[in-house]
Amino acid sequence: MNIVLIALLVLGATGLTAAVLLFVIAQKFKVEEDPRIDEVTEVLPGANCGGCGFAGCRALAEACVKADSLEGLLCPVGGSETMAKVASILGMESVAAEPMVAVVRCNGTCEARPRTSEFNGSRSCQIMHSCYVGETACPFGCLGCGDCVAACQFDALHMNPETGLPEVDEDKCTSCGKCVKACPRQLIELRKKGPKNRRIVVLCRNKDKGAATRKACLNGCIGCGKCMKECNFEAITVENNLAYIDFNKCRLCRKCEAACPTGAIHAINFPPRKPAEPKEEAPATPKPAEPTVPTTPAPSVEPKKEEANV
Amino acid sequence: MNKLIVSPAPHAHSGDSVRRNMLLVILALVPAYAVSMAAFGWGVLITTAISIAACVGFEWLIAKYLLKQQPTIGDCSAILTGLLLAFNLPSNLPWWIVIIGAFVAIAIGKMSFGGLGQNLFNPALVGRVFLLISFPVQMTTWPRPLGFYTKYLDAITGATPLAAMKQIVKGGDASALDKLPDLWDACIGLIGGSFGEVCALALIFGGLLLIVTRVITWHIPVSVLATAALFAVVTGWCGALPEGLGTGEYMLMTLCTGGLMLGAFFMATDYVTSPMSPWGKIIFGIGIGFIAMVIRTWGAYPEGVSFAILIMNACVPLLNKIRPKRFGEKKK
Amino acid sequence: MSTFRIGGVHPQDNKQYSAHQTIVDCPLPQKAIIPLVQHIGAPAQPVVEKGDKVRVGQLIAKAGGFVSANIHSPFSGTISKIDTTVDGWGARVPAIFIDVEGDLWLDEIDKSDNLVREGILEPKEIIDRIAAAGIVGLGGACFPTHVKLMPPPGKKAKVLIVNGVECEPYLTCDHQLMLEKGEEIIIGIQLLMRALNIQRAIIGIEKNKPDAIAHMQKLASRVLGMSVMPLNLKYPQGGEKQLIDACIGRQVPSGALPIEVGAVVDNVATVYAVYEAVLKRKPLISRVMTITGKDVAKPGNYRVRFGTPLTDVVALAGGVPENTGKIIGGGPMMGRAMNSLDMPANKRVSGLLFMPEDESRRIEPENCIRCAKCVGACPMGLEPYLLARQAELQQWDGMEAHNIMDCIECGCCTFTCPSHRPLLDYVRMGKAKVGGIIRARSAK
Repeated sequence: MNIVLIALLVLGATGLTAAVLLFVIAQKFKVEEDPRIDEVTEVLPGANCGGCGFAGCRALAEACVKADSLEGLLCPVGGSETMAKVASILGMESVAAEPMVAVVRCNGTCEARPRTSEFNGSRSCQIMHSCYVGETACPFGCLGCGDCVAACQFDALHMNPETGLPEVDEDKCTSCGKCVKACPRQLIELRKKGPKNRRIVVLCRNKDKGAATRKACLNGCIGCGKCMKECNFEAITVENNLAYIDFNKCRLCRKCEAACPTGAIHAINFPPRKPAEPKEEAPATPKPAEPTVPTTPAPSVEPKKEEANV
Repeated sequence: MNKLIVSPAPHAHSGDSVRRNMLLVILALVPAYAVSMAAFGWGVLITTAISIAACVGFEWLIAKYLLKQQPTIGDCSAILTGLLLAFNLPSNLPWWIVIIGAFVAIAIGKMSFGGLGQNLFNPALVGRVFLLISFPVQMTTWPRPLGFYTKYLDAITGATPLAAMKQIVKGGDASALDKLPDLWDACIGLIGGSFGEVCALALIFGGLLLIVTRVITWHIPVSVLATAALFAVVTGWCGALPEGLGTGEYMLMTLCTGGLMLGAFFMATDYVTSPMSPWGKIIFGIGIGFIAMVIRTWGAYPEGVSFAILIMNACVPLLNKIRPKRFGEKKK
Repeated sequence: MSTFRIGGVHPQDNKQYSAHQTIVDCPLPQKAIIPLVQHIGAPAQPVVEKGDKVRVGQLIAKAGGFVSANIHSPFSGTISKIDTTVDGWGARVPAIFIDVEGDLWLDEIDKSDNLVREGILEPKEIIDRIAAAGIVGLGGACFPTHVKLMPPPGKKAKVLIVNGVECEPYLTCDHQLMLEKGEEIIIGIQLLMRALNIQRAIIGIEKNKPDAIAHMQKLASRVLGMSVMPLNLKYPQGGEKQLIDACIGRQVPSGALPIEVGAVVDNVATVYAVYEAVLKRKPLISRVMTITGKDVAKPGNYRVRFGTPLTDVVALAGGVPENTGKIIGGGPMMGRAMNSLDMPANKRVSGLLFMPEDESRRIEPENCIRCAKCVGACPMGLEPYLLARQAELQQWDGMEAHNIMDCIECGCCTFTCPSHRPLLDYVRMGKAKVGGIIRARSAK
């Protein structure tokens, strides 16, 4: 027989056998799966960031399909829009969630917080934190090596070389929470983005007594409690020489910010205060400066501090 | 007093550096180099110079212009690659082939993987094997050792002892026995071959220097040579050797000829491409010795060390799963 | 084998600066700060109040749990306040502040230098006196000694190993203590042997201290069951597990304590403190510190009472050298670099090393060249190159599988790396993370 014919027949037969074999095996070992898992996975962002608390988008999809309701299941990257789509695929009630954003609760800039030593180890916050107090005298403050920046998968965190602090790009932040876990001093908190993206935060986590805090950093919270007294909504607690604003209770009235003597409280994304007091012309310094307390120029970047830095 | 400097412990260092290790290896190769110069003349110097210059040059160019990084030629690893590549070449190799070899060794064998520390295969051997396969004639035409009078390009060429041994063992041709050099000649390097391979004694001396200065450990050289020797002895016992060639002599000839000595001490022990644990290294060495001897005895090429090392390089990630002996580990 | 079997490195000894310097007593300060955490375990709880008058040797803080230690006043005077203080690494710790007045000791303490040999005591009495005296390991770990002397049920001590190795470069306080107080140390060893009810004690001393070896051998030869083992120089020979391997050839299994192989290890300074506590009723209120460094004016060994500002001790040694880059509490291999000298002497700091600025900065790291020198150097037989990479990539499971918890943080890997890679930085970080994960897992 013609060699070409033989070759064709042999190869054809091999191919056919292989095809049949593969088909049979594929059918035999097929994994039964709810087709809706694939559908839900399609509408999820596909970032596999873990912000939802599950190991990847497909895992969240599985959890949604298996759950009775979408309560407690939220993709922070996709937000309410995405969850609404998931809800419609699964025929469930969509649960609205407040958009959140990461806030770096330290305002100890290079100017306000003097350096007291030089760190020569590997530039990682985790490593510096386990070695000693850090390059300044504040044991609670930002270490400036950028573990949070490295952890962010959405390019939402960048180190500001002038202040030495990380800044959150609100448009890119998906509140996935990776930066929160990366910071060895738990400085970053996920807080409500707020109406018009406005929020008021105590940018300090220093629990030392006021005098010690003041010595380490001019922008630190000294636990004086003036903010707590001013607040009419019981949103502020002072514990361990440190004030904390509950973002669920805060009504954004800015009274605490005005009362704070050190500038530890920041009102983010607010318009500059109208010059009610004549001495206050600097467009971005929101707090009434007490004559003896030097207002640090760093907060002048302030209302736009956590905004997009693209 | 300025601000205090703080860093995690330890605050002391042994003073060792990559450069120190590379320079020690280069130093250990000097005896073999000197003998080669004496045996093969100017060709040695020219080939080495071209090889080193090309390797360093290519690494610098690639680092600076392609990878846009700070060139790392200061750690002397490119110089060493150039030297070792040259050692694996006949001293009468045309200069443009040497440059091609250097390019393949550095660009493909090292930089394409990410630079020092990232490559899977020994760069010098990648270069050498590439040349062997691409330029088989030029790469297997070795000049006879005629001392300083050996010309660079018009050298008189001759067969090597390995070719003769292959004829004897594989082909069963006893008449090739008189083509075998004197054992002493083989030890001191008055034989044909790539110029770095020939002088066994100089190479052993260099190798011992490296072991004493703790640049390398004994595991790889000893296991390579022991395995090759054992293989040779077994070949003898099986009666594969003709009359006139004793098992002992065959074993010693095996060790002293070809690239085995150079390979065992200088090529197989390359840090990046060898295993990380003692037992891993021993298995690595045994594999090299065995494969090299198999190729020498039954393979098409007279020399198998380069191929053997490259094959075992590929096994190193697997061998790295063997862990060193832990403190307090009980033998199960 | 005159040394431990796996790994180890050979750093330069650098002991010539302070070796053979007779121990000098540091004068009393005017104000003292006594930290309440000078040991592993729970902080001690104050038993005095502001305004109380105290005498030397008086109990001022009680152990805060089983694994904790008492703290005694090293001075006589008035308690000025009980507050917090910041240590040399910036951490805030509770402390008792004392205004020093005179040098009045408790009546029952024998503060003379006379050698006391007599005292038939039951093991329990010995252990009680040790516990009462607040004795902790003075080799650096500060583990409460009385806890070591009470093995858990089922475990029996067979040999006491006395650590006279002092493998850290630069430090010489233990060496000098052996030369000056050898007899007392031998008696201390005998007390510990009685407390543990064992008949065998080995004093391990490295061969770079031939005079100490000869001196202790002579003294030990008079006691049945006591011997000196001269050891080949290798770091970290003073590490508990390595010392046990070197002295009796047994390796403590992973995760276990030395008592598992029947060994109890104590530093010579601890043993001396035991002698003082049991036979002179003197609690732990001072220790010998080495103040050293290439440019220190008067390097040497200084006996300091705890609470004395370190600046006072350093002033005795000629002050902080001008060109100082790093001040290291301890030796260069495992000591911690301080960011301030404003700290009191305490049980944990065995010496101060002043490193010149030109030696204080690290060399820029290069790629790992897979030379495996770190693997060869690791005394625990681990793979530092791999563990460091896994820590960087946050592969905690992988690290646990590769026995990261066995790491003793000795620094041999970083010391030996030709590429100057900061291996231990990452290994240590990973070890802390994995340790936390394991604790959380077992708490469930």
